[in-house]
Amino acid sequence: MDRRDSLKSIVFGSIGVGVLLEGCVSGVDSKTVARSMKKFNYGRTQSEKDYDRLLFSKKCFSDNEIKLITNICNIILPPNEYGSIVDAEVPELIEFIAKDIPSYESPIKKGLSFLNKVFKEKYSKNFIDCSDIQKKEYFDLIAYPNPEFLNSDQDDMVKWFTIMRNLTMTGYYTSKVGINELGYKGNVPNVWDGVPKDVLDQYNLEYEQEWINKCIDQSKRNDIAVWDENGNLIS
Amino acid sequence: MQIKQTSKEYDVIIVGSGAGGGMATKILSEAGLKIAVVEAGPFYDPANPDQMTQMKWAYDSPRRGAGTTRPFGDFDQAYGGWEIEGEPYTQNEETQFRWFRSRMLGGRTNHWGRISLRFGPDDFKRKTLDGLGEDWPITYDDIKPYYDKVDKLIGVFGSKENLYNDPDGFFLPPPKPRLHELFYIKGARKSNVKVMPSRLSVLTKRINNERGVCFYCRQCARSCSAYADFSSGSCLIFPAQDNGGQIDLYVNSMVRTVTSNDEGKATGVSFINKEDKTEYKLKSKVVVLAASACSSARILLNSKSKQHPNGLGNSSNIVGKYLHDSTGGGRMAFLPQLVNRKIYNEDGVGGMHVYSPWWLDNKNLDFPRGYHIEVWGGMGAPSYGSGFNVNDFNKFFGTKVGGYGDILRTDMRKYYGTLIGMDGRGESIAMESNYCEIDPEKVDEFGVPVLRFNYKWTEHEIKQAKHMQDTFEEIIHNMGGIILGDKPGKDKNYGLTKPGEIIHEVGTTRMGNDPKTSVVNQFEQLHDVSNVFVVDAGPFVSQADKNPTWTILALAWRTSDYIVDQFKKQNF
Repeated sequence: MDRRDSLKSIVFGSIGVGVLLEGCVSGVDSKTVARSMKKFNYGRTQSEKDYDRLLFSKKCFSDNEIKLITNICNIILPPNEYGSIVDAEVPELIEFIAKDIPSYESPIKKGLSFLNKVFKEKYSKNFIDCSDIQKKEYFDLIAYPNPEFLNSDQDDMVKWFTIMRNLTMTGYYTSKVGINELGYKGNVPNVWDGVPKDVLDQYNLEYEQEWINKCIDQSKRNDIAVWDENGNLIS
Repeated sequence: MQIKQTSKEYDVIIVGSGAGGGMATKILSEAGLKIAVVEAGPFYDPANPDQMTQMKWAYDSPRRGAGTTRPFGDFDQAYGGWEIEGEPYTQNEETQFRWFRSRMLGGRTNHWGRISLRFGPDDFKRKTLDGLGEDWPITYDDIKPYYDKVDKLIGVFGSKENLYNDPDGFFLPPPKPRLHELFYIKGARKSNVKVMPSRLSVLTKRINNERGVCFYCRQCARSCSAYADFSSGSCLIFPAQDNGGQIDLYVNSMVRTVTSNDEGKATGVSFINKEDKTEYKLKSKVVVLAASACSSARILLNSKSKQHPNGLGNSSNIVGKYLHDSTGGGRMAFLPQLVNRKIYNEDGVGGMHVYSPWWLDNKNLDFPRGYHIEVWGGMGAPSYGSGFNVNDFNKFFGTKVGGYGDILRTDMRKYYGTLIGMDGRGESIAMESNYCEIDPEKVDEFGVPVLRFNYKWTEHEIKQAKHMQDTFEEIIHNMGGIILGDKPGKDKNYGLTKPGEIIHEVGTTRMGNDPKTSVVNQFEQLHDVSNVFVVDAGPFVSQADKNPTWTILALAWRTSDYIVDQFKKQNF
């Protein structure tokens, strides 16, 4: 039986929030928005979909800013045999998250423009057109927070670099290529039967027999549970 | 406003579809009664691919799972949170109560921690033992048969431990501890803190042919598509429908009041359909409120009539009073021995495999009641925030924090899975001065008057939180861990969470024998109105240092049996 058969729908038709938003799309063409909506399929409610659509239809960073972000993230985490920040769609994440968590937008933008200002003054060029050596020379000044201070007391560009590093790292390591590189083994159906023996040995640990006796015998996991009257499992 | 009325009369209208509502739906429909379930949120089935989040990866979300729209992250299955647009609540000046609501079929059972602890004999008579609060009108022996039945029907893993106040049940076998849990066991025992297998309603073993067996993805908070964890929809409401129950589900329907007649008896409910914002009325012989402790109190308080000028069931003026949440405190640590650990799949079940029940005698302590300790840690799936401050722990080794380039990869790998955390969840004292009431000034988007909260922790809870912090530090030290962050001091109530944050709010329609000091009797039946029942956590007299769900389920079953019996006796 379809469980929805029992649903008592008194009214039909839903509120057209989605339709309303389509009318005020700015910055991004509707085909691109539709493609983004189709790409991310993660069990959203209607209002969550409407919110995502709204974010996809707005643009936070200019094309030049995105180019600059891509360049910076590539220095923070250079490509290797597993992949790159571009494969990991780190710039796309930064674009999205700056709209989703608006407190990011202004510090990131200010940092980008300050970066260009510094390089214009010093080398009469935009950051992106300078050499790697020149770029790293500046990053060396801002990439290491003073360990004596809280983040809130760091220099603005140090704080900005921390944001860029954090978003680069989280963007990379939550992507397909980054998860593969890290070697995370879960999120697949499996049967947990304890810490591998070689790992226990490495830490001089062992399971106590008394404890293990209480634990599931995984060969019997599909046998339907039956208890005696005192709650002792007999299957 | 236009009000639409149906001519159909149900035997029972159940308001809410979480743990209590789900259990009432199952038991009452299987007795042949005609049931309407009125749920404020949409239909939800954990196995519906359009709603499912289980087995998704962070990159399936454009924000990589961040908690912008759902407070526990994109993949958590609670539609709602502490703040819901259009459904505000207010506070008096000093109160910082936080009210979590989940608007969907199954309610908060879709995302809860599955920690399924029975109350023990002492938990029903705390006043007798320490003079604080009130005793329940029932004992452990009254509810024990129902705990047993809930264990067998729904399934819970655990182990027989023969502890007086943490009674054993009908358990499925627990999973083996994870690596960080083995470190916890050693560290806790050194401080004489008892550790035992946790008790979670996750099927480590098959209990019937309708529900699946756990496949260890650690994602119970996403509600299991194989129905291998307890969610009210998948384990109670759907099976009740499949058993041929006469159940009508009204979803997206926000109940405003319980309606009553000239004799003061309930006649049904009025609700607002969220889609057309129109008010509807449904009729029934019995109304069962299961909307959650605060929501049910709100409905009662808003159900004013000539016969019930103070709200339905509120001649005692107790509705909304004695609101209390669990205490909470936490601490985390870095385990240096786990640097560059071998990576393997240690997802396990959604939650800890081991925990510590309350282990001390309050006679030697400066606070009443206890807390249990939950443990977390290990090699979780990367999600938004993973990789933030990637090499902060370098400071413990005297090397540089920050930087850029390939060194960050080495740091990411090095520190992955090296965290361990402990959370204390304890019992607070139910106080008459902690309550929710109707705010006379404010309505929600449906025009329904909202709740205003008044809540202050007492010294009891603050001292308990201090004890938690001292204990956590000692255990971390025993494990060879490095404590992270500063110890919260007196100015921060020793890290005590805000009331409502642990999402165990109970007590607003408390149970008792005396109609002057309680709202419902031992069968969760309003003293004032015999055909209205409350089967959420509202009737809790005290909440124990145990999570409320298992007791909600057991009491709801007991109450449902009573309702069936009363129908047989033609008392409605």
